[in-house]
Amino acid sequence: MTEKTVLAIQNLTVALPAWADRPIAVDNLTLHLNKNEVLCVVGESGSGKSVMARSIMGLLAAPHVRITGGEILFEEENLLKVDAERMRAIRGNGIGMIFQEPMTALNPVMTIGRQIEELLEVHLRLTPAERKQRVIALMNEVRLPDPERIYRAYPHQLSGGQRQRAMIVMALLLEPSILIADEPTTALDVTTQAQILALIKELQRKRETGVLFITHDFGVVAEIADRVAVMKHGVLVEVGPAEKILAAPEHPYTRSLIAAVPGLTPPRRAPRAAAPVVLQVDDVTKSYQSPSYGFLRRKTAAARPALSNAAVTVHKGEIVGLIGESGSGKSTLARCITRLIDADSGRIALNGTDIGALSRKALRPYRRQVQMIFQDPFASLNPRQTVARQIAQGPITQGMPAAEALKEVSRLLELVRLDPSAADRFPHEFSGGQRQRIGIARALAMNPTLLVADEPVSALDVSVQEKILDLLLDIRDRLGVAMLFVTHDLRVAAQICDRMLVMYQGEIVEQGDTQTVFADPRHSYTQSLLAAVPGRKWGATRQA
Amino acid sequence: MSSTFWKRFARNRLALGGLVFLVVLAVVVLLAPVLYPGDPFRIVAQPFLPPFGDYLLGTDSLGRDIAAGIVHGGRTSLLIGIAATSAALLIGTLLGALAGFYRGRVDSLLMRFTEFFQTIPTFLFAIVLVAIMSPSLASVTIAIVVISWPPIVRLVRAEFISLCEREFVQASIVLGMSDREIIFRQVLPNAFSPIIVAGSLMVATAILTEAALAFLGLGDPNAISWGYMIGSGRSFLRDAWWLCAIPGVMILLTVLSINFVGEGLNDALNPRLRHS
Repeated sequence: MTEKTVLAIQNLTVALPAWADRPIAVDNLTLHLNKNEVLCVVGESGSGKSVMARSIMGLLAAPHVRITGGEILFEEENLLKVDAERMRAIRGNGIGMIFQEPMTALNPVMTIGRQIEELLEVHLRLTPAERKQRVIALMNEVRLPDPERIYRAYPHQLSGGQRQRAMIVMALLLEPSILIADEPTTALDVTTQAQILALIKELQRKRETGVLFITHDFGVVAEIADRVAVMKHGVLVEVGPAEKILAAPEHPYTRSLIAAVPGLTPPRRAPRAAAPVVLQVDDVTKSYQSPSYGFLRRKTAAARPALSNAAVTVHKGEIVGLIGESGSGKSTLARCITRLIDADSGRIALNGTDIGALSRKALRPYRRQVQMIFQDPFASLNPRQTVARQIAQGPITQGMPAAEALKEVSRLLELVRLDPSAADRFPHEFSGGQRQRIGIARALAMNPTLLVADEPVSALDVSVQEKILDLLLDIRDRLGVAMLFVTHDLRVAAQICDRMLVMYQGEIVEQGDTQTVFADPRHSYTQSLLAAVPGRKWGATRQA
Repeated sequence: MSSTFWKRFARNRLALGGLVFLVVLAVVVLLAPVLYPGDPFRIVAQPFLPPFGDYLLGTDSLGRDIAAGIVHGGRTSLLIGIAATSAALLIGTLLGALAGFYRGRVDSLLMRFTEFFQTIPTFLFAIVLVAIMSPSLASVTIAIVVISWPPIVRLVRAEFISLCEREFVQASIVLGMSDREIIFRQVLPNAFSPIIVAGSLMVATAILTEAALAFLGLGDPNAISWGYMIGSGRSFLRDAWWLCAIPGVMILLTVLSINFVGEGLNDALNPRLRHS
């Protein structure tokens, strides 16, 4: 242990309970964190990176998750041996932590100021005026706008980025020597993410804090890391300086992880011959009414439209990206097209028929032409039905005899590259990527002309993501199906989309060939979106 | 699937004990006409014979065989408990499913309707209903159904609301399924576990309500039941304790067993609930 080391984890082993999917979460891990550095711990789901971070803070779900060996030394003190009293003092004072979802980490019924001040009350003796002064000063430092207002605000009144800044204030208030950040930007939009990353880096430099930064995203690593540790199935596979790991990774697993990160330069695509129009959307507008049912309440006025005057054209065999941040209206548009919600006005023509105007019953024969792939592979399959049943369901509903539909299942499973033996099993027996394939097979069973994919890879690990994108491209080539691909991830869009539409606050602000938009973004919002992609510079050198 | 279910259920010893008790009870009451043939209201010996004499459980104030009463009365109790619960589950599940699936105006209407029933004190409501309809097995069952379906509506509605937000429901809509198919084939099977657990506990409540009604003299006058036995024995509590104690203990054991089984079902059907 050198002078610079603030945290040393030695031979840490954490066991999971019997019902978990793996017996050991962290296996004999040795790692140290220096003063004034950002150490990124990277890994896919199930790598044990979060369990490792939580064991430092003593936040494991006892008694089920147990530390079975090793030690965690924080400034020469073994955190696994200290009593609860001392651990409380270390938390906040010595080690600060920020979480992935700031909304759930903050108490919804307390003002932000009160929650932050509570920390000072517990750990220091200050007068109320001094406490407030200190909180406001730090709020200014993390550039929270109008700190006096935010001090009095409740968590739900802030944006996601502001909440995360408030969490950072909380974590850094007592000037801890270590900050643990567990995927702090994963739930944020890409432009907000860029700001938060810059802020963490700046504060870390100024205070010489050691930051343990947990992430799954190599783009983020490239933005912020001084050193990188790569974990796989609870084992540390590689650790070293960021430049070295990013440029010349040694371990094959690290190499495969980095190779799976989609590049930001769209591959050159052969110009497509003019193909028939599959989907023609004109002038579609949708606003959400605040739900006020009941006999005594009056309908309240409509809010800002979630979608205004959207127009989209998709040709046969074309993949059109719908890009935007949360609240941009991209999912609303996708759902209007699949008629999961009804647009207020406008025309949605599918192969020439205006399906926007049809009643639910009249719509049914057209349902098979447009199918949807969903975001969450764990929620998009019915847990109580076999895979075969779910895939065959659509055709059966449309009138195909059950025996014939079930016979089709093995062909469809093969098409999405799953073993035909999957047919008789239940969804919980499959991994996230496999479930997403089942969802794709279910959509393809209807033999649609248009597939609407709503963030189909954003819940998946990057190596799985790559395979699903491959599969979608292959399906497009083989079946000539058109695709509307909704995503917030520009890297993914660059890889798969022929054309893209950028949405901002309910409007389509820019559209064009993917290559053109990436090379020469016209709208200022597209420009800021592209500039905010984490690891942009690293990506450029990587592909050169 | 079912073998892990049994393993989890059997891990709860109390639940297993409760199940054994209920199975034995069910066999005994089904065999009532064989074990104690004839009318249980029949006078067989002199009154107030203590238990474990000529008659296993003694006789009551009119000289009726208490063991015969227990066995035949158990029939009444279990029958009413199960019939009332099934009907309440059916109504509650249907209304809850509709409210949770359609939301909006349907939801408001159904929930206001449900709340109307919930604002009336349940036991008083049952007494009034039985009094109006005149006491019989059917009227007691109907009264218990009327007071016990509202909580089921709330439970099923909440389950449906959370399930309908899952994407597989949206996928079913996109596949062109009818609402009826989505409600009954897709969503309902996923809501079974909490419904089964609530239903098992409801049997216990129904038995208690029936006993209470019979105690007040509002049971079917032609069917003996445990509540009736306690009610008719209460004046002799100091001289012949077993008149009340024996049916009382039977109610206690039955309700306790059902509760244990309900808890065991809960553990077996929602393993995650228990671990986390």
